[in-house]
Amino acid sequence: MVTIGIMDYKAGNIRSVMTAVQYLGAKGIISEDPNVLQKCDKLIIPGDGEAKAVMEVLNTTGLSDFLREYFNSGRPILGICIGCQIVLEKSEERSTPCLGFIPGEVVRFPQQPGLKVPHMGWNQVHHEHSHPIFHGVPEDSPCYFVHSYYPVPRFEEHQAARTEYGVSFVSAIKKENLVALQFHPEKSAAPGLKMIENFIFHC
Amino acid sequence: MLLKRIIVCLDVRNGMTTKGIRFKGNIDIGDPVVMARQYYEEGVDELVFYDITASAEGRRLFLDVVERVAEQIFIPFCVGGGIGSIQDMRDTLLAGAEKVSINSQAVKNPRIIQEGASRFGSQCIVLGMDALRDPAMPSGYRVVINGGRTPTERDALEWALEAEKLGAGEIVINSIDADGTKEGYELPLTRMLSEAVQIPVVASGGAGKPEHLADVLIEGKADAALIASMVHYGEYTIPQIKEYLSTRGIPVRVVPPLRS
Repeated sequence: MVTIGIMDYKAGNIRSVMTAVQYLGAKGIISEDPNVLQKCDKLIIPGDGEAKAVMEVLNTTGLSDFLREYFNSGRPILGICIGCQIVLEKSEERSTPCLGFIPGEVVRFPQQPGLKVPHMGWNQVHHEHSHPIFHGVPEDSPCYFVHSYYPVPRFEEHQAARTEYGVSFVSAIKKENLVALQFHPEKSAAPGLKMIENFIFHC
Repeated sequence: MLLKRIIVCLDVRNGMTTKGIRFKGNIDIGDPVVMARQYYEEGVDELVFYDITASAEGRRLFLDVVERVAEQIFIPFCVGGGIGSIQDMRDTLLAGAEKVSINSQAVKNPRIIQEGASRFGSQCIVLGMDALRDPAMPSGYRVVINGGRTPTERDALEWALEAEKLGAGEIVINSIDADGTKEGYELPLTRMLSEAVQIPVVASGGAGKPEHLADVLIEGKADAALIASMVHYGEYTIPQIKEYLSTRGIPVRVVPPLRS
């Protein structure tokens, strides 16, 4: 059975990620211990949270170094929400240096009349490049978002999907063995479950 | 484009879904876990569970319901009723809820909004507010608590703005005047709050037919509409309601079938 490490860094609702992984027939292991996560076939970086606080936890616990090694080992990683932001070089959220696996930065939604921030609710995800995570997922499937910042990868090749909210922003990014979703697939009904299933069995 | 949400509300008492009219008299109408799964499969966008039991035993049954719901539905859901401390919030979120809703307890102790938001994030903290028409109040609406039974000195608009400042991530505005009437949402109240705050506003109380949802999402400028009895008794289904809203030009979530 495929084992999926779910990194626990005390952010957000990771239980729902675990539930989805189990529901899809894989073994999920929630842990904050690099030695435990190291043994997993694939890794999910879940969660809500604030970039600075998250990076501080990762840097002080050694999880940053672990993530770098895991990424370089070529094994699949799925980032979710804040996990889709900290993989870039830096975040505008309290000027936070991040992991830098993907060139680019994270910015806040612009202030616009009538545009509520955080962007919260269901919004369509438009695929930019084919990626195994979207296999069988209909184009423009609505997914569940809760965020105030979004990723801006420097290179077009790292864009996996886009979504419209005041601006057209990148809602999924990819590079090599890493794919990261700004929305919550574990809360996005059938299309989201399909993406997690794809990550478990086809990425 | 951000889609308008349809939220189904389930009042839970002693582990069973129950429905009352104007907070008087309740009848059990089903197993909340079974109902939640059904609404999920029909395409509801979010669910809210309110614990309306007062006993410790009822509370345990309720958290058990929350845990079993979390294992079966893969959309966000919010839990309210009886949440008065950070520990209550933590228990509820750990049981699998995305959001917690605080109502009377927030009026009695507004700091709980701030504490909850800084601990768990604003996106988790929903302010539930019951409001009653009252020309004596600056906005025309008075905040009432304890299920609508106890009037407070707070003005609905001022309280919404204060809660937003304290860190609430969303407001569910329930009109006591409209609740249970099935004659439509309280549009002026909903619109006033929607225009005043930057956080999403969910309209509650008064829905009887799909036209009411269209009215509150368009004229009331709500981000989401909460319904209960309209669907609990099989009068309408979620797909019927969404189809109607689509014909009115309201963007709603329709899940296309997955490709193999």
